[in-house]
Amino acid sequence: MLAHLPVLQVVLPLMAAPLCWFLNRSKLVWIFALIVSAATCVNSILLLMEVMKSGTIIYELGGWEAPWGIEYRIDKLNAFLLLIISTIGTVVLFAANTSIQKELDEDRHTLFYSLYLLSLTGMFGIVATGDAFNVFVFLEISSLSAYALIALGRDRRALWAAYQYLIMGTIGATFILIGIGMLYQMTGTLNMSDLATRLVDVGHTRTVFAAFAFLIVGICLKLALFPLHLWLPNAYAYAPSIVTAFLAATATKVAVYLLIRFTFTVFGISFSFTTLPLQSILMVLGLVGVFAASITAIYQQNVKHILAYSSIAQVGYMIIGYSINTSTGVMASLLHLFNHALMKGALFLALGAVMYRIGSVQLSQFQGLGRQMPLTMSAIVIGGLSLIGVPLTVGFVSKWYLLIASVEAGMWPVAVLILLGSLLAIVYIWRIVETAYFKPPLPGREAVKEAPWTFLGPIWALVIANIYFGIDTRLSVQVAQAASQSLFGINP
Amino acid sequence: MNLSLTLMLQLTILLPLVATLAIAVTGNKPNLREAVTISISLVVLYCVVNLYQALNAGATIAVSWWTLMPGLEISFVIEPLGMLFALIASFLWLITTIYAIGYMRGHNEQNQTRFYICFALAISAVMALAFSANLFTLFIFYEVLTLSTYPLVTHAGTDKAKQGGRVYLGILLSTSIAFFLLAIILTWFVGGSLDFTPGGVFDANVDTTVAGAILVLFIFGIGKAAIMPFHRWLPAAMVAPTPVSALLHAVAVVKAGVFTVLKVCIFIFGLDLLPQLPTTEFLLYLAAFSVLMASIVAMKQDNLKARLAYSTVSQLGYITIGALLATSSGVIGSSMHIASHAFGKITLFFCAGAILVAAHKSKVSELRGLGFTMPITMAAFFIASLSIIGVPPAGGTWSKWFLLMGTVETGYWVIMVTLMLSSLLNIAYLLPIPYHAFFPGKGYQKASGGIKEAPLSSLIAITITTLGCLTMFIYPQPFYELAKAILTVSGVSHGQ
Amino acid sequence: MFLGLYNYWIVVLLMMIGFYIVIAHGNLIKKLVGLTIFQTSVFIFYISVGMVERGSAPILAEGISDYSNPLPHVLILTAIVVGIATTALGLALAIRIKEAYGCVEEDEIQRQDQLNEDKS
Repeated sequence: MLAHLPVLQVVLPLMAAPLCWFLNRSKLVWIFALIVSAATCVNSILLLMEVMKSGTIIYELGGWEAPWGIEYRIDKLNAFLLLIISTIGTVVLFAANTSIQKELDEDRHTLFYSLYLLSLTGMFGIVATGDAFNVFVFLEISSLSAYALIALGRDRRALWAAYQYLIMGTIGATFILIGIGMLYQMTGTLNMSDLATRLVDVGHTRTVFAAFAFLIVGICLKLALFPLHLWLPNAYAYAPSIVTAFLAATATKVAVYLLIRFTFTVFGISFSFTTLPLQSILMVLGLVGVFAASITAIYQQNVKHILAYSSIAQVGYMIIGYSINTSTGVMASLLHLFNHALMKGALFLALGAVMYRIGSVQLSQFQGLGRQMPLTMSAIVIGGLSLIGVPLTVGFVSKWYLLIASVEAGMWPVAVLILLGSLLAIVYIWRIVETAYFKPPLPGREAVKEAPWTFLGPIWALVIANIYFGIDTRLSVQVAQAASQSLFGINP
Repeated sequence: MNLSLTLMLQLTILLPLVATLAIAVTGNKPNLREAVTISISLVVLYCVVNLYQALNAGATIAVSWWTLMPGLEISFVIEPLGMLFALIASFLWLITTIYAIGYMRGHNEQNQTRFYICFALAISAVMALAFSANLFTLFIFYEVLTLSTYPLVTHAGTDKAKQGGRVYLGILLSTSIAFFLLAIILTWFVGGSLDFTPGGVFDANVDTTVAGAILVLFIFGIGKAAIMPFHRWLPAAMVAPTPVSALLHAVAVVKAGVFTVLKVCIFIFGLDLLPQLPTTEFLLYLAAFSVLMASIVAMKQDNLKARLAYSTVSQLGYITIGALLATSSGVIGSSMHIASHAFGKITLFFCAGAILVAAHKSKVSELRGLGFTMPITMAAFFIASLSIIGVPPAGGTWSKWFLLMGTVETGYWVIMVTLMLSSLLNIAYLLPIPYHAFFPGKGYQKASGGIKEAPLSSLIAITITTLGCLTMFIYPQPFYELAKAILTVSGVSHGQ
Repeated sequence: MFLGLYNYWIVVLLMMIGFYIVIAHGNLIKKLVGLTIFQTSVFIFYISVGMVERGSAPILAEGISDYSNPLPHVLILTAIVVGIATTALGLALAIRIKEAYGCVEEDEIQRQDQLNEDKS
């Protein structure tokens, strides 16, 4: 049983997705989906423990030995990612039943859960697999289900947003496909570790350069790295709240993982960072992204838009950490990946609760909510503080390591810019806080009640995690450090 | 014995937190709620006094809580400077609570429970800040203090309060994140440690340009010290209820700022390194400019609280100057000024609040003849003014004397003249208030109705702090000894 | 040299045509057509890569030593399935958009959204 953990992680939700159709009642499907995702969560914890204890797990699918068969290769990096995705996926799902009662038509509930599980499958697959082509397949599974999930939104703009995402996402995925094809052409293998060894001989050819470029651009599209972020704000803003919370906390993270995996494991550090000017390009894009997105966030009227632009800015931070290209830098990036999932999960879920009660997330509608929904609003405040990077929250931990990494690498200006970027976060978060707490409730609106516990439970679980992992950093720092050190080939 | 001392150290930080819970639970019974606040503040004061005695007896009291990140601990240790700050803060918390009971009820303020909760939270942060063993711990509680006082500043909930809160939070958070945090990271990187170390954490042969740049970042980053141009938050925060202004903006928050400056100067840079840095002189002149400008601006304010706020900006400059002078008289002067200014300014704010509650007046120009209806308040105002100006028989005399000594020793004549000039300005903007109150001049119609003073509990508080101002002149030894002990601890080798 | 690699030229040509349609056309259906051409070019790329000159189908039989590489062909079968799914989803979305907005032109949709936003 234990030996099959890597494949179970993917197969479990994949099998469960069609099974949803056999249970008609919305509530039953919810419980079923919840059990399945909780099982994947337990599974990922077991995997992480196993990996931390005895190193990389290699699983040969169908017993076919790599490079003929597909292998799943779980090391510290993707075990960490699996844990993040499965945990967030489960926590968010807790609130799903309540939320979609309001936001979706009755006949779409089953569809929702089944798509949710499929999307989860795709993400697990991308992260778990050690085969480059498999990455593409799972990427499309998760993307296609994500497009459909977004299109479930009641607002007709959701359709348009989903369509745009579909076009951009497919272009990105096709770029990745081209890149993988070229790599195969040059090396004759699709297995990642095999690719890594064979690429050394052909690393100087133009085909490999082209493959690299296609892959990076494709991944950056999925990553919503500025200036390839245009699909993201509307997709997040008009999707059903649960979908937003889920995607915001996981989808871009998976893309960051892919970037790290391809540049570090497949192409190797010396190819990615010395032969090509990847570092300076991504560093600049990351920094510009932080500022451009944060400033845009300040001027938004829809709170989901504010947080969506903030997500683009946070992706910028991850890319900055990554492109510092030191063990500490990548570690900071991984930490932020984990921490950002916690913050955005909490924030978008809280927005879901607001949506549930007042049916809108326009900033102007937030007036007076500070008093009427105290628990939800204080969750937003704490999540926001975490986003700013106030001490004792997770945001501070990742900012701290990011700063340390940039100073360590002698990039002082980068450190200054990172700090200035967080000042912008104060502005957009405080716009929400002031509206909620200082403006009287809208005239003519009935008194709003606090969100139901099915919302408050997961929201506060994430908020408490925000504080807990801001104080007890052992788990996150230790794992992130181990993962980044293994990428750099440093033995701890 | 030692165990109970470390326990007491933790209690000073944790008890105010317990108080927040207790206040929240007893929220709908005001009498019980206030009894809880007062009794807990008494216990905290008791602990602090005990710790003080133990410190005098030579005990080392330290406790480490938690390793947040490798190499970064939340830990506390008691040293004389922190002790001084903790003593003042815990004592004045008690007094302010007594005062607040009269004020908040007399003024019919809303949300009193929230007020007391945030108040206790702020005190907890102040205690933790005072006893911080390293810069990292200090930074954490510095931020907690900022955030926990934000609801106090915006207590009224009006547009004006929101505006004030925006400036308050904006400046304090921005400076601390953009400069203070950067300075801390650079310190860690260059000096290799964030622990408050006697003699500083930097090597003797550290690059002075880098260290100088870090010093500038620190001074600007510690926005709570209100050095111009980052002083705007202090007048903005005056929209808060008067007890908040009194404790937080005459004692806890602003003193947390200058306390941090002192800590950084003494224990991060060290008094030997400080004068060698290329930027120290620039910062000294900047602080002197801040002192003078704030005094001039204060003269023009008609709103009593705004005038007091600018006066605070100016007085904080004195303390920063003393720290940057890096001589023993400078440090002694600064530390004692923390104490004497705290008592003086809190009395003045108490008086301002009492006038607001009893006479419903907030403008300086309306106070003519008020001495007849509020004699005790105005007499207290007079004595506290003397303390701020720095003339006998009030405590401010000593601290200002030492500060002047410091400028003379180091030969910064311009700064000495500035300080003297500013004291003259203090006279000009403070003394006319009690003067006109008691001697309204011709043409003033005596109001009928006789004496109409502030609520009793407020009067008690005013009397106690006024007596404090006087006592510090007659018996300044405890504070002087503590200030001297700072020098011993920090291993000062030069000076007198 | 150039003629010898004619398959790549076709791939590049198709790719550019497809990409151009996606970017330049405002009609949602035409965009999808462009997207399909774009994807198809990649399929052809894979398929032609697997081709071995004078190679036959990869079936074990007497007298055949050269045969084409089957793996890219298998891979591309998967990719084609994915492509169909994408197109289907895209078309479904286009239908729903038509129902909701009454048109399938990009600028018209954006104009309607803008109008809505100004009103609210």
